[in-house]
Amino acid sequence: MGRNKLSIVCFSGDFDKALAAFTLATGAAAVNWEVKMFFTFWGLNILKKKTGRSWIGSGILARVFNFLMGGKRTLPLSRLNFGGASPVLMTGMMKKSNVATLDELVDAAKALNIDFVACEMAMHILGIKKDDLDDHVRSVAGVATFLNASKDGHILFI
Amino acid sequence: MLHSIDITKERCPMTMVKVKLKLSQIEDGDILDVLLAEGEPLESVPRTAKEQGHLVEEVRKEGEYYHVIIRK
Repeated sequence: MGRNKLSIVCFSGDFDKALAAFTLATGAAAVNWEVKMFFTFWGLNILKKKTGRSWIGSGILARVFNFLMGGKRTLPLSRLNFGGASPVLMTGMMKKSNVATLDELVDAAKALNIDFVACEMAMHILGIKKDDLDDHVRSVAGVATFLNASKDGHILFI
Repeated sequence: MLHSIDITKERCPMTMVKVKLKLSQIEDGDILDVLLAEGEPLESVPRTAKEQGHLVEEVRKEGEYYHVIIRK
C-alpha cells in the first residue's frame, strides 16, 4: 500500500487558519503521510521572504495591496484581531503552554520536506515573483498540476 | 548506537514531528529511546514507528511517563 496523501490549499492569510493548516500538515508528515501545501491568494502572505509590511510587487495597486497585507509577522487573527495585537499575545500564550508557534511549525514543515507550491494565477494578480517567496517553494503551478499531484489523496481548503 | 529524545514537554503536533525528525537523523540499526506521556503520544509513536518499518522493542512505564524503545 502506498503512503496516505494530504493536500492542503492554503487560501487564508489569517494567523489562526495558517496555524491550523501547518499543524495538520506537519502532523500528517510526521506520521508518514505525503503532504503538499498549495498557497494561493492571501495564503501567499505566509511565504513572503519579507515577513513584515513591504512594497513588493509590480504595479502601484499590487504594491499597495502587498504593503497592506504584509507577511508572516503581520498575519491578522480571523476574529478579535485588535489591530494586530492579538496574534502577538496569542504567540506568547502558545509559548507559555509549550505549543509550537507559527514560525516553528513552518520550520518543521520545511524540515519534514513538505512540498510548498505557489499559485501562479494569484502571484500574477498580486505581482509577486517566485524570488519574493520562501526558497522552500519549489514550484509555481496551477489547478491542473495541483489536482494531478493530489490524485488519490485528501484535499483540504483552509 | 543509542539515542534518546524527551517529548514529555511537547504538544501536538511537535511530539510526532520531533520523533520523525530524530528517526530520520539516526542510522539503520540504531536505537531510539523516546520518553513520552500517555494519551496520544503513547498511542501514536509506537504505531507510526511500526508503520514506517521500524521495530518497537519495548514500551516501559517509568513514574508517570513511558519509554518507547525503537530500533530503526
